Amino acid sequence: MSDLGFDPSLKKKKKSKKTEEASLSPETESAVGSGNELDDMLVGLKKKKKSKKPVEEFGESEKSKSPEADDLSASLGELSLKKKKKKAAKNKDATDFEQMLEKAGVEETIAAPKEFQSSEAVQASLGLPYDRLLNRFFTILKQNNPELAGDRSGPKFRIPPPVCQREGSKKTLFANVQDIASVLQRSPEHLIQFLFAELGTSGSIDGEKRLVLRGKFQPKQMESVLRRYIIEYVTCKTCKSMNTILKRESANRLHFLSCNACGSTRSVSSIKTGFQAQIGRRKRA
Amino acid sequence: MSTIQNFNSIVDPFADTGDTENEPTNYIHIRIQQRNGRKTLTTVQGVPQEFDLKRILKVLKKDFACNGNIVKDEELGDVIQLQGDQRVKVSEFLVSKLQLPKKNIKIHGF
Ligand SMILES: [Zn+2]
Repeated sequence: MSDLGFDPSLKKKKKSKKTEEASLSPETESAVGSGNELDDMLVGLKKKKKSKKPVEEFGESEKSKSPEADDLSASLGELSLKKKKKKAAKNKDATDFEQMLEKAGVEETIAAPKEFQSSEAVQASLGLPYDRLLNRFFTILKQNNPELAGDRSGPKFRIPPPVCQREGSKKTLFANVQDIASVLQRSPEHLIQFLFAELGTSGSIDGEKRLVLRGKFQPKQMESVLRRYIIEYVTCKTCKSMNTILKRESANRLHFLSCNACGSTRSVSSIKTGFQAQIGRRKRA
Repeated sequence: MSTIQNFNSIVDPFADTGDTENEPTNYIHIRIQQRNGRKTLTTVQGVPQEFDLKRILKVLKKDFACNGNIVKDEELGDVIQLQGDQRVKVSEFLVSKLQLPKKNIKIHGF
């Protein structure tokens, strides 16, 4: 299925790597030592290995360039260390509440924001703008946890583009309805019903479970209709996830969309064909 | 001034209106249907009763340079039919000339 779908993952990865390098280079230029430190603080324990690599490389290149810069960066590193100590001391006698928390053994969770606070001052003094750091954070998050960064182009919800062939001069063969319906976790009947209503036409399913529609339709047109179907009957309005199920409540005969990602539920209107104009031969009264 | 107009109606705003699912009624549906060849038909369903459909049709026919007619449907009321794909133009007309809210207009089709 993924063969059929366009695959943005490759391109995306390249891009994000580039942006990371771009965001790294100015930091390393300004201060190698402190940049290293910041890296550790921002990335956290788990990602230490990954993040250290590029920085070390940069550091080496700096060394080969000029030994003076190394000294400078070292001094800068010391500076930032001093500042950190000061801040840490401040934080220690901050509030009773925090101390209580520390006693209770939530040191680990508290330690992270503390470091962040102190690093904020360091960032300001070194001229590291918030935007760049935020970008860096998101590129790293995307690399390691794409789900958390709101990247839903995972393999599961990549919708294959509709495949439309002409069948004769008046009909269109929509070959991969079944595939699309299964990716969207909807019954093909529901999707087909929507297509009929929206396109104002009728049709049938052939021996290979392909949909035969009356009328001529381009893949592009099908795509726009599918997009509307997804917005109405698939995506969760709360969290925009497509990991949802459509359930029919037998008590009130309403259709409900419940989200597997965030658990929210909303009702969806039933598919209505509405007015259908009489086309072709008029029926005789 | 002494009475607030909105509170004058006897209708209880919290009363059960019956089947709310099937009665948003104020929606105007603009649909397209394919005829033979590359000919199409645009239908406009649900234009509010207070408008004179005949007069609207006359203007639409002239503005869009197409033929059209009004079809009386038992359930869905009077429906305007126009030749060709006039969906966007009809929607613009309804919003600009009749001051109908855009969110109540639903354009269907591809
Ligand atoms: Zn959700």
